[in-house]
Formats: sequence, structure tokens, C-alpha cells
Amino acid sequence: MPKQKQDAYQEFIKGLWRDNPVFVQVLGMCPMLAVTNSAINALAMGGATFFVLVGSSFLVSLLKSWIPKQVRISTYIIIIATFVTVTDFTLQALVPEIHKELGAFIPLIVANCMILGRQEAFAAKNSVRLAVVDALGMASGFLFALFSLGAVREILGEGALFGVKLFGDNFEPWVIMILPPGGFITLGLLLLFFNWVKERKDQLAGRLAEAEGEPS
Amino acid sequence: MNELVWIFISALLINNFVLAYFLGLCPFLGVSGRLETSFRLGLATIFVLLVTALCSWFLNTYILIHAPYLRLISFIVVIASTVQFIEMVIKKASPALFKALGIFLPLITTNCAILGLAIFATNKGYGFVEGMVYALGAGLGFTLALVLMAGLREETELSDVPRLIRGTAMNLIIAGILSMAFMGFAGLFSGA
Repeated sequence: MPKQKQDAYQEFIKGLWRDNPVFVQVLGMCPMLAVTNSAINALAMGGATFFVLVGSSFLVSLLKSWIPKQVRISTYIIIIATFVTVTDFTLQALVPEIHKELGAFIPLIVANCMILGRQEAFAAKNSVRLAVVDALGMASGFLFALFSLGAVREILGEGALFGVKLFGDNFEPWVIMILPPGGFITLGLLLLFFNWVKERKDQLAGRLAEAEGEPS
Repeated sequence: MNELVWIFISALLINNFVLAYFLGLCPFLGVSGRLETSFRLGLATIFVLLVTALCSWFLNTYILIHAPYLRLISFIVVIASTVQFIEMVIKKASPALFKALGIFLPLITTNCAILGLAIFATNKGYGFVEGMVYALGAGLGFTLALVLMAGLREETELSDVPRLIRGTAMNLIIAGILSMAFMGFAGLFSGA
């Protein structure tokens, strides 16, 4: 049991940090950039993707022995599209303002290659429990990435977070940050930061290995 | 007529699918390594976009008025089968072209620009002619962005760039600058 628990934990952490779908695998870019002009939109998009990913991973791994191999991709797409339709109508009923703001990008979750990728690479080969844990990790990683991008862009572009002003009246907002170019550039810089962290870690590990090797 | 020109220019430059709407970023970042392949992929995408616009117009007018909640599912099924069908036709008719396009052909299915086009055209209530013009503009805009990006990337490969920023991080920043340049088109029609 303890080993199983650790496995599940590893799967979860993998999605959140080490194999983060956005920063490391660079998947699911389209919704990532289009809706992250404010933190609240980013959270709504992340939440919707979370539900779709976890739901479809669960269903795919549950049905995996019944899905014929030749039409598996189409089957996954239809399962995902079903969950997205449910999400779309739910959001429209519960939070109409946010739904309006996200517009066509909620239906476009279907074309998020990260979701299809998880079904093909993980859910179709693993037990229901592991598939759900993996989906939870990946979805949290995606949510985390969306939120960090949305928060940076809103703070710089409007001088606010969740609509609350952070700076005094003298702050001149960088309007470019909430426009499309800001999205590209912010994500580029965030990726650069991730590369840097990884490089530092590798160097540290290299030095440790060297230090350990010296006495012998 | 004027309306159609406006739709075309708007999809091509002002609301460029890649640089303003962030659609089709996966091929934009993944395939833009070589000028030659990105141009071919652009042409294939234009073709799929046109077929999709035709199919989605048909679905919207004749079928989906009875069952609007099936919109998303039917669109994605139509796109996936269109791509599959085109793949089979090209394979039969011109094996050389099929080989040149390779893996990029099936990957068009997961290009969100295609689904995005179908959804945007529906939301805007475009008719048949408008939808086709919109698809053509969007496809040419996609190809333009892809080719520009590929040219820039071929150039950066030869220059001395810090190792840390090489790859996706730099490509995104280049795309940001391109996008900024395209924002200049925003004022194109406001003066008239």
C-alpha cells in the first residue's frame, strides 16, 4: 500500500512541476495565451480544462478495453467534446459574464492537444485510479501555469489583481501586456525562467556528483 | 462587395488567427522550422479550412437548427473525417505530395484554427459566401504568419544566441514582436 500511495503521489507531482504541460511540454498553448489577460479569466479557463481533463481521463481509462484500437482517437475526441459541451452550458448558466468573456475559447478546449495527449499517452494504458491522479496532476499544472501567466499580465497590464488595484494612481499600466503581444512575450519569459531554474538544478546535481566522486 | 473585402482583410491581417487570436499555435511553433515545409502545410491548411467552412455552413443551415447542443461534437467529427478523407484522396491521387506533407496532414485535425473558424463563423452569423471568404482570409493569414516565422527562425539558427533562451522561449518572444507589428494594421480601416 505505501508503495502504491507513493506512485500516485509521484504521478501527481509529475504533472504539477517536473512535466508541467505548459512550461515543460509546451502543450495546450492556444487557450493558454488567448484568455490569460486577467487572473479571473485564467482561473475560469483552468477550472473548465480541469473538469474536462479529469472527466475524460476517468471515462477513457474505464472504457479502454471496449474502445477498438483503429478508432480510438475519434472516440477520445468525442468523449472530450461531450465533456466540453457540458462545461460550456454549465458555465453559461452559472457565470454568464465570464462565459461571455471567454467566448469561443470554451468550445476550443476540444482542440487542446494536452487533453488528447493525456488520453493517448496515459489514460488508455493505466488503471482508473492512476489515470485520474495523473489527470489531476496535469490539470493542476495547467491551472498553475494559466494562473501565473494571467496574474503577471493583469498586474503589469492593469496594475490590479482580481480587479483590485495594487498600486497608487501614479502607476501607468503597460497596456501592451493585456494585448496579444504581451501574451507571447510573457510566456516566452516564463519559459526562460523555467529553463534557468532547471539549468541551476542540473548544475547543482552535477557539482554534487563531482564532490561525491572525488574521494575515491 | 465592400463587406466581403473587409471580412477578408480583417481575417488576413487585423485579426490574424495566429498572432491576434492565438489559434493554431501548435503547428506555428512546431512546424515553423523550415520555410519549405511551413509553406506546404499552410496550403494544406487553407484547403481544409475551405472544406470545413463549407461543411459547417451546411450543418448550421440544415441540421443544427434542430439540435444546437450537438454543434461542437458534430463540428469536430466533420473536421476529423474531412482530414481523414483528404488524406486518403491525396494518397491515391498524388503519392509525391502525400509524402511531402507527411505527418503534418493528420495533425491538421488538432489545429484549433480549424475548429475556431467554424465556431467564429457561426457566432458571427456568416452566410455561405462570407464564410468562404472568411476561411480564405484566415487560411492565407495563417500561412503568412507561418512563413514569416519560419524565415525568422532559419535566420536565428545561424546567429549566436545564449543557449538558455534557445528554442521555444525565443520563438515565443519573436512571435510577440511579430504580433506587435501586426497590431499596426488595426488602424487600417478606422480612418475610412
